[in-house]
Amino acid sequence: MTEQKISIASAEGFEAFLATRNEPQWVVKRRIEAFATYQDLCDQPLDPEEFRRIDLRLFRPADYSVRSGNATENAADQFATLMVDRGEFAGHVAHVDGTTIRSELNSELKEQGVVFCSLNEAITEHPELIQQYFMTKAVQTDADRFSAWHAAFWTGGAFLYVPRNVELKQPLHSLIGLAQSGAADFSHTLVVLEEGAQATLLEETSSADPKAAGLHMGAIELLVGKNARLAYVQLQNWNERVFHFAHQCGRVERDAALQWTVGALGSKFSHVHQDVMLDGRGSDAQVNGVAFATDRQKLSYYTRQAHKAPNTHSDLLYKEVVRDRARMIWRGMIEVDEIAQQTDGYQRNDSLILSHDARVDAIPGLEINADDVRCTHAATAGQVDEEQILYCMSRGVSRDEAMHVIVEGFFQQVFDRIPVELVRETLSQTVQTKLGFGNEA
Amino acid sequence: MNSVLKIEDLHVKVGETPILTGVNLEVKQGEIHALMGPNGSGKSTLAYALMGHPKYEITQGKIEIGGVDLAELDACERARLGLFLAFQYPVTIPGVKVADFLRLAISNIRNPERKEGENLMPMREFRTELRETMDQLNMDSEFARRYLNDGFSGGEKKRMEILQLALLKPKFAILDETDSGLDSDAVRVVSEGLAKLSGPEMGVLIITHHERLLEYNEPQFTHVMLAGKIVETGDASLARELHENGYTEVRKRHPEEAALEDKQEVVAK
Ligand SMILES: Nc1ncnc2c1ncn2[C@@H]1O[C@H](COP(=O)(O)OP(=O)(O)OP(=O)(O)O)[C@@H](O)[C@H]1O
Ligand SMILES: [Mg+2]
Repeated sequence: MTEQKISIASAEGFEAFLATRNEPQWVVKRRIEAFATYQDLCDQPLDPEEFRRIDLRLFRPADYSVRSGNATENAADQFATLMVDRGEFAGHVAHVDGTTIRSELNSELKEQGVVFCSLNEAITEHPELIQQYFMTKAVQTDADRFSAWHAAFWTGGAFLYVPRNVELKQPLHSLIGLAQSGAADFSHTLVVLEEGAQATLLEETSSADPKAAGLHMGAIELLVGKNARLAYVQLQNWNERVFHFAHQCGRVERDAALQWTVGALGSKFSHVHQDVMLDGRGSDAQVNGVAFATDRQKLSYYTRQAHKAPNTHSDLLYKEVVRDRARMIWRGMIEVDEIAQQTDGYQRNDSLILSHDARVDAIPGLEINADDVRCTHAATAGQVDEEQILYCMSRGVSRDEAMHVIVEGFFQQVFDRIPVELVRETLSQTVQTKLGFGNEA
Repeated sequence: MNSVLKIEDLHVKVGETPILTGVNLEVKQGEIHALMGPNGSGKSTLAYALMGHPKYEITQGKIEIGGVDLAELDACERARLGLFLAFQYPVTIPGVKVADFLRLAISNIRNPERKEGENLMPMREFRTELRETMDQLNMDSEFARRYLNDGFSGGEKKRMEILQLALLKPKFAILDETDSGLDSDAVRVVSEGLAKLSGPEMGVLIITHHERLLEYNEPQFTHVMLAGKIVETGDASLARELHENGYTEVRKRHPEEAALEDKQEVVAK
């Protein structure tokens, strides 16, 4: 099949895109509606609260296109995936430039009714599940122009469904890759855990070519049913020429727990909207963020912890390091509904600024409408303490190495919250690579 | 070979304020020196200046180890040359495990040519040595897994300094009030520990306000600092005298420096 480059910035492009998809009518219909919404929303201003500090002028949609036609053979081999070689996984899904290149799951789990595959397969194999859950419960098509754009053009992504009381002992892995210059990826991650289910999904985004420009316009939906437990990690590790936009939303039902870890290391520019909704009484969410921006990277996170039921608990910790001329923006919000009494919400953001020209804006926020709650937030920002450096140096550790040790220590406090060793190791190695030194034995 | 730590006419200022105004001192490997003096007389300043703290600027005079001028060397290079400072107020480094930090320190000190990313001391060897040394100092091996000084009590931090001294085996060790804040059992452990460590290979400068450490480690020389100068040098009996009678007599014997002390206080106020 010859490869076709389809514009993502025009109505003609959208028509051409639909023509390549060969999808059931209900999918097409939803895409068409989403595209209309996208066009409407493009004429409206973005929410200033979320976008005020973000400059989108450098982002030119016309520079990117969706690719149709087969990705190259063995496309997965081009990626230095950080996790695949080190861990044992019960299943793999991989996408490159929006095309599914791998989709497999341990047969025992299949027999138990677990589904882990590409969304492209899921719309034909499990239409009822996709109709029920895809952009209906968590991420809303009309949230803003980016979510609508995603809903119109989504190109695939990982779908995980775990039936009632099924526990996955081994983690699952998903790779979202960009390979060709100018490629746009509209991957979607959808996770549905039924009551009492347990699973761990580790996802990484990666560029095959360190120089290829690209776009990711993604979405993540995590639906954690009653009493279920989900650990989800996304390690965003694009090259420094990728624009990354994502709408991410987790919904946690009664007595369920979500542990969500975000690694923000790559991309030229990213803006992520991350919602965690505590929908059921007694639900619990822990959110961990590790961000490290260097050179001219700009990373922006808008996080929301929405407490919608009594006795809910959320605990967010983001730690970021900025160096060179990099910039990190974090805007966090804890919302507590009137009904959500006895809520315990916590939010903390610590940043370490390594260079004079690097900058962090960390703005926590609370919106509380219940009276019997405990909500706290904190944000700290500072440089590496010279006294710490001197102390290390007085023990024979060079200034550079001292700096690295201190930065790693700074992140260690988030790593300590992550129970999966593979993830801790991967994150720590990525940080080391970014710091510019190898991992000695 | 016996090396000498030589301090000649050392003047040091912090910001715009001169603190040390001509310190002379020679410590040979194998010797124990006590440095005493009232609060604010400049003892820690001397210690920091020796270690190469960038805030303490040397405006005159020089420091040498075995004939090598330290002026152009940073703290890391000084440490690799064999200088060690047990800090009066050790810093906390959150997220950095004691064991990892010590392994890095040892690897650098024992292999002064080591560059970042190069080999560390083999893990097994390091673990054994760490465990043995901690045992000798009556330290719970649990400490090795904690973050450096994070949540440590004052006394625990001081012990951590002694542990590092024991592992790094410097040529010259400066102990800045390592005996303060320790309970009496800990003072004994630290004092005995130091006595074992300091042999003919180590020159020690003990800064202290107490007696116990000096009982176990009798100094050949006692120096008294007043207003940024060493005004008297004697033997162990001088230390005892100062403990018993305080600094009144010293001030009487050195009215000029005593007057300076008052002036400094006025400036400070
Ligand atoms: N970093 C600094 N900034 C400002 N002043 C300083 C600094 N370090 C030392 N000084 C001043 O220099 C003088 C000597 O201080 P130093 O800490 O050397 O005294 P010390 O003899 O060690 O006292 P102590 O017995 O209380 O430990 C004091 O007046 C102190 O305030
Ligand atoms: Mg002092």
